[in-house]
Amino acid sequence: MPWVWQVFLSCLLEKRVSLAILFSLAILLPFHTSSQADPVGAERQSSYALMSPDTKAMQDDPLLNPATFAVLDGQVLWQEIAGKKNQSCASCHGDATVSMKGIAASFPKFNAAGQLLSLSGRINQCRIEHQGATPFAFESKPLLALSAFVANQSKGMPITVERTPANESALASGQRLFNQRMGQLNLSCAQCHAERAGQEIAGNPIPQAHPTAYPIYRLEWQAVGSLERRLRNCLVGVRAEPFAFGSTELLELELFLAWRARAMLLESPGVRP
Amino acid sequence: MSKTSRTIVTMPATAKKGEILEIRIIVQHDMESGFRHTETGQRIPRDIIRDFRCTYNGVEVFRVELHPAMGANPLIVFTTTATESGTLEFKWSGDNGYASSTTSTLTVT
Repeated sequence: MPWVWQVFLSCLLEKRVSLAILFSLAILLPFHTSSQADPVGAERQSSYALMSPDTKAMQDDPLLNPATFAVLDGQVLWQEIAGKKNQSCASCHGDATVSMKGIAASFPKFNAAGQLLSLSGRINQCRIEHQGATPFAFESKPLLALSAFVANQSKGMPITVERTPANESALASGQRLFNQRMGQLNLSCAQCHAERAGQEIAGNPIPQAHPTAYPIYRLEWQAVGSLERRLRNCLVGVRAEPFAFGSTELLELELFLAWRARAMLLESPGVRP
Repeated sequence: MSKTSRTIVTMPATAKKGEILEIRIIVQHDMESGFRHTETGQRIPRDIIRDFRCTYNGVEVFRVELHPAMGANPLIVFTTTATESGTLEFKWSGDNGYASSTTSTLTVT
């Protein structure tokens, strides 16, 4: 199969090692037999458990965690008056340590208008409706900072996303997307993160992909980023056209992942390699 | 990047004379290397911290030169000997007029 080597080598030459590995994985997968079912209940594990002691220490100590800067920026933004209505987040919600406790653990969820929203989507909705301000751009620093600040108020609390009549169909779509083969490498999320979680890819452990620490400070990014950014990374990795930020597909996937990780404890803001 | 940014210093507030102090200091900065490009292929200009100095009662005890290969939010860990009570001043300077400073007081017994 000379074309296989050609693609493999071109990946390597372009220094896209992760692509090369994914590619070889795609070639090898049909012959690889030791797959498992998606871990459930207490078998589930945050990817924190797979990190090196150094990276764990960085996440655990707020004085070392680079995401602390985002949380502190968010704390300032919380008090900042914005928009035509001259309102800050605090004008309505008051003390975030009280009012935002456990809030991040319940997202994504449907609002009264029947719109599926992630935490950052909800923040932007507040900006538009209650502050009369322009929404923050996806992955912008202020949006990540406010998300990190709000998510930090739920640190240590269990994820409370449950299957309800309202989210049932979105949840089913998310699950379908999780199991759907995508991209030129023709891989689904589940093939790595459910069936082969705990095995290795290029010497790195494959996590179960539970979104317990978002927004995260990812060392590879040298920045704080959202779950959507991470999902788009994986989509590029399997050479699929990544879903747009804020797209229904990403939101449904996020909803499914949150439900799959229900009752697991939030660690936001996490540090990941 | 703004002209100043957040810093977090971790060090003891008191020490015995002659004791070796560990000082951990992290500063918020993107450390844009100057080697990256935007999606449209334009080079993102370099914007990094170039210099970090720590003075202990006015005397320089530690200095670092920083370069483009250093990551965002540089964390610097160093030690110094507690000689007398006083003030430690930490100063960063860098591209585009970046300047940031903070102080910590130390009581030596």
